[in-house]
Formats: sequence, C-alpha cells, structure tokens
Amino acid sequence: MPSIVRRVVVAFATAGAVIGIAGGALAQSTADEIEKYREALQDGNPAELWEARGEEMWKAPRGPKKVSFAACDLGLGPGVVKGAYARLPRYFPDAKRVMDLESRLVWCMENQQGVAPADATKNVFGNGSAKRSDLEALVAYVTSQSRGVKMSVPLDEPHVHDMYRLGEKMFFYRGGTHDFACATCHGDDGQRIRLQDLPNLTKVEGAQKAYTTWPAYRVSQGELRSFQWRLNDCFRQQRFPELVFASDASIALTTYLAGRANGAEYNGPAIKR
Amino acid sequence: MPKKTFGGTLAASLALGAIATGVLHGCATAPADREVSERAEAMMKASFKPHGQAKLDRLDQDETQRLCSEYAGHSLPPTIVEKIRQANLATIRYPADGKLVGDWKNGEKIAQSGQGFQYSDDPAKPAGANCYACHQLSPKELSYGTIGPSLYQFGKRRGFTDETRKYAWQKVYNAQAFNACSNMPRFGYHHILTEAQLRDVVALLVDPASPVNQ
Repeated sequence: MPSIVRRVVVAFATAGAVIGIAGGALAQSTADEIEKYREALQDGNPAELWEARGEEMWKAPRGPKKVSFAACDLGLGPGVVKGAYARLPRYFPDAKRVMDLESRLVWCMENQQGVAPADATKNVFGNGSAKRSDLEALVAYVTSQSRGVKMSVPLDEPHVHDMYRLGEKMFFYRGGTHDFACATCHGDDGQRIRLQDLPNLTKVEGAQKAYTTWPAYRVSQGELRSFQWRLNDCFRQQRFPELVFASDASIALTTYLAGRANGAEYNGPAIKR
Repeated sequence: MPKKTFGGTLAASLALGAIATGVLHGCATAPADREVSERAEAMMKASFKPHGQAKLDRLDQDETQRLCSEYAGHSLPPTIVEKIRQANLATIRYPADGKLVGDWKNGEKIAQSGQGFQYSDDPAKPAGANCYACHQLSPKELSYGTIGPSLYQFGKRRGFTDETRKYAWQKVYNAQAFNACSNMPRFGYHHILTEAQLRDVVALLVDPASPVNQ
C-alpha cells in the first residue's frame, strides 16, 4: 500500500510541473505534458485497494441470509468472475431483464442475500472514507477479473440487441436547456472540452478505448468510479435530470457502448485524471 | 406518424416537413426506427428522476431537438435544414433599446464560467456561457476546447459593423438560425443568459478593444 501512495505522490509532482509549463507554452505542448502526466499515473493505480476490498466482499457471507456471491451468476455460472465483465450486459432469464454488472450485483444482493432494495443501493457512489461504496469495490474486483479478455457482449441475443438499439437512440437524444446529447461531445474525432480530450464514441476505436478503461480510479476525486457513475455524471453535465442507478436507460446506454467496444481487450480498472 | 405534441403552428409545419421528407427519403424516418425512438424516449422518462432545478421536463424535446435527434448520423435534407433555420430565426428577440453590445470584460467572465443549470449548481448564482469549453477566443486563454471553431479575431475579421454586431447577437441568441442542428446551446432562446449577459458576450466578440480582436 505505501508504494502505491508514493507513486501517486510522484504523479502529483509531475502534475505540478505540467501546470508550471502550461503557463507559457502552446496548447499542443500542454496536451503533450498532460499525456506524460497520464503515463506517470499508470505506474501505480490505487484501484488495487478497491479490488482487494471487493474480493474480500465477494467471498464473504453477506446479508440477512448470510450468502456469499459464490451463488451469484454473472452470466458464466454461479460465482464465476473470470471474464464475466467482458460479456456484460447480457440477458438474465431469472430476472427477465438485460443487466449490466451493477444491476446484476444489486439483483444478487436482493434475491440471494436478502438485502433490502434500499440498503443494496444506499451508497452506490463513494465519497471518502466516511461513505465508502460496497458496489464500487465489488465492481473493481469483478472488472479486474476481465483484464486481458476480449469484449464480447452477446449482441445477437434479441433482448440485448433491442437494448443496444434503444441505447443508440439515447446517445443521439438531444434535450434540456442546452440541447445536449451524448453525441454533442462524443460524436467527432479530435475534440476537446477545454484541454480534456473527448473520445469519439460513434467510432468503434473510440468506444473501445473508452469503454475498456472504465471503471477507473479518478485522481481528482480520490475514488474508484464505476461505469454507472460515468453515465450519471455525464448526464449531470448534460443538464439532464438525474439518471437513476441501474435503471433501464442506464443499462441500454451501457449496452450500446459496451457492444461497440466488442473485439477490444478489456483493460480496467484504469486510472484517469 | 409521430405522436408527440406539437406546440404551435411553427412546430406543426416542422412536423409536416419531417413527414414529407421521411416519405421521400425513406431512411431516417422509417416507421420501425420511429418505434424504437418512441420506446427509447419512454424508457428515459422512466429512468431519470428530478434533482434540484433539473426536472423531468428537461427530457421533453422541442421540435428542433426532436428533428436533430431523428436525423443524427444522417445528412439533413435541405427542406429540414431550411425549416429548422426559419423556425429558430423567428425566436430571436432584440433588446428594446436596440443596444446589442455591452461590456467585454464582463463578457470574458461569462465566457469563462461553466456555472449554471446542472442539478448540482446553485440556481441563485448567475449562469455562465462556458464559451471556452468549446471555442478559442482571447489568445491569453490557452485552455480552450475545439468542439466549435476558433473565434479569435471574430470582429476584426468580419469588420466592426452593424451587420457583424447583429450577426453576433443572433448567433449567441440562437445558433440554429444559421446552422441547423448546431452543437451550440441556444443561449437566448433557452434563457440561459440574460439580455445584459448576451450583450456582454457579444461585446467580447465584436468590441475592437476586446482581447478577442487583438
């Protein structure tokens, strides 16, 4: 653990140097320096801490029924985590619903461990040590077990295919006070907001690079963030109302983006600014 | 056929245009696709919850938003382009005193600020226009986005004329009066900025003393 902390401190020192350089340099060299900063961050990823906590939670008896996640089927059989995330979202006949990882974890908590729905989704996004999120830790563990596995969302399954099409419509849905859609910021190559590069999610390469690096440890927040968080916070910036955690719309949009990432090697949890 | 509500004659004429074009072009408006759009919209309305100032009505599209969503990823037929432009041009209002240009220094502050309209924002605070998120303006600001074109020397390049000032006002007020389905928010139409703020942003673009025009 201390080595991780040390490496993150080094990364922050690099970030300080970046800001110093940015003052007098052109935008391109600023972008280059930010890229160096990102590379420095890759060296030590505190996501490991979430992964370790998630692994413990996965294996321990939980809830009123004292049942572990060994009973939880993420699509490859009860308790199987290896490679499971790379094949989600998928249709689960027991729930009669297409589910992403987070909605499936909540389903297992409620239906197998006897956790009350309100408790299962109490802290979906963590906020410091006072409000840690069990779901984010579980997500970190399960996703880490798909590292190096090729994305293969079962798009030929009719329910999944339908969610993919609905998610695609959502991606281009303009609304709100600012007329924003997901595509407003993520529909063209080489765009930035301020100096932040934006992936073009309408292209396979862009979707692959983005989707395979979530969840991620966000240095600016000191938190491991799940894909549900990523979508939730995009819609906040889009000036939309709040996306409900594990809602159908969140799963549809995840299906669209995960499906477009098919064929790429999954490489999360990553580390981002 | 769309089941959406059409607010007025303007919206109705847009809708007729969309239907006619759908018949002619037969791709983006195919009935199967529309069925998916309608289900997607219903799903979204069941999947969001009101939070602070952001109520569920933010998911209700006006006719321009609907058409731009429908044709996303397809080329806009010229008839639709013209309908969207005309409809949005008709929304533009001008100050009663005719004064379009305010204080560029305040305009710069508004251009820097991304505050406003997110559910996490305090609605009592003045909103920003966040111009730098997408545009280069003053060369002193290196942290600018590229979703929109560079606006450096906007006034200088066009000339410091009444025509330029009016164009800047219209463009900030409702960019879709010129560029149908533009990514740019319609700052006047949606009341994102006040009249005084619109003047100040226009000043940042067209005042010869503004850093944008140096």
